[in-house]
Amino acid sequence: MAVSLREYRARIRSVESTKKITRAMELIAASRIIKAQQRAQAAAPYARELTRAVSAVATYSNVEHPLTTEPQESNRAAILVVTSDRGLAGAYSSSAVKEAEQLAEKLRGEGKEVDLYVSGRKGVAYYSFRRREIQDSWTGHSDQPTYEVAREMGEALIDAFIAGTDAQRAERGERGEGGGGTQRPPVQEVHMVYTRFRSMLVQEPTAVRLLPLEIVESEERPTEDDVLPLFEFEPGPAEVLDALLPKYVQSRVYFALLQAAASELAARQRAMKSATDNAEELIKKYTRIANQARQAGITQEISEIVGGVNALADANAANE
Amino acid sequence: MNVALVAADRMLWSGQATVVNTRTLAGDIGIMANHTPILSVLEPGKVDVRTVDDGHWVAAIDGGFISVAKNQVSILCDRAEISHESDFEEAKRKLDEAVAKESGGGARPDNRQG
Repeated sequence: MAVSLREYRARIRSVESTKKITRAMELIAASRIIKAQQRAQAAAPYARELTRAVSAVATYSNVEHPLTTEPQESNRAAILVVTSDRGLAGAYSSSAVKEAEQLAEKLRGEGKEVDLYVSGRKGVAYYSFRRREIQDSWTGHSDQPTYEVAREMGEALIDAFIAGTDAQRAERGERGEGGGGTQRPPVQEVHMVYTRFRSMLVQEPTAVRLLPLEIVESEERPTEDDVLPLFEFEPGPAEVLDALLPKYVQSRVYFALLQAAASELAARQRAMKSATDNAEELIKKYTRIANQARQAGITQEISEIVGGVNALADANAANE
Repeated sequence: MNVALVAADRMLWSGQATVVNTRTLAGDIGIMANHTPILSVLEPGKVDVRTVDDGHWVAAIDGGFISVAKNQVSILCDRAEISHESDFEEAKRKLDEAVAKESGGGARPDNRQG
């Protein structure tokens, strides 16, 4: 009996230390969510101003831009999947990957080939384990993304897209506008899959089309006296749009990364909370079993002593 | 007029100002109250702002945009460094690092490691 008692105690200790770890991770995730939300709020003014500027150009000039033009036909699409770098976040990464797989399946059904761009070590591990080709990947920033990373991603995706539209134009006998010299396979559309942070409890993987751009008007419709003023563009509308649109794409990627970071932390906090709860449950159970084992040991010892004493008494009585 | 200097990750400054001086692709531009609405591409360089309380600050920006409408001036850029927040020694060290990196093969910054 004594051996198993020692075993139970060792098991309780090990679960206790697991519980300490998961509790700590839960608290860290909880405090980082607030920071991630603050970061998302801090980035909001830039996105708002940029959207305003883009819609101003779009409203007051009818400049055609490769980034906003629907391609005539589309046979190759890129998907940017945003996952986490570290595990222990419940189903966070796998549900983002699942959403991406669904999208890829749908695109393949439309006769398009799919190129993968992956952010986060978990996504990279998923696809490289399945020996799927990844065009480009970025890791090491998933819980606190910087704008630099978003810019790199945006540039990579725009490169692939511009190469795609250039190739199509060349086929139609028009002159492509440079953009050569990239090794990325040209694509005609770019999608992005990330996890939207709706609340601390709800995060949902979402797929959005990034390119060709659909300019999202600001949410509140301008009222009568709040119409956009008649802007002068310098050097010209086309140049301004040329400079604005890539930034717009990057800012949307950045926004997605920030949302994904907040979602990751929320998912991790929830996963770690339930892990801590489970550890508590286990400790309770093992403590009960250990107490029972100890009590059984004591009972057995007492009955052995009583039995021994009785036997002695019987022997003495027989002798007298 | 109301001026806001907005970098991609945060708003650096916003408040009332009298004059904004900076350089666009088309040349230097100075903006005072009631300027005509304009949307322009900025060159990498500096933004020079005089505030209403006779204050003055400059900021280094890496290009971007300026939009002026109804006495609201917004300066947008990826990255900016504002004079009263930046540290000269720190900036110099960063410059040296960047120059060293550039001359050492121009590898892109390695953000692939956690």
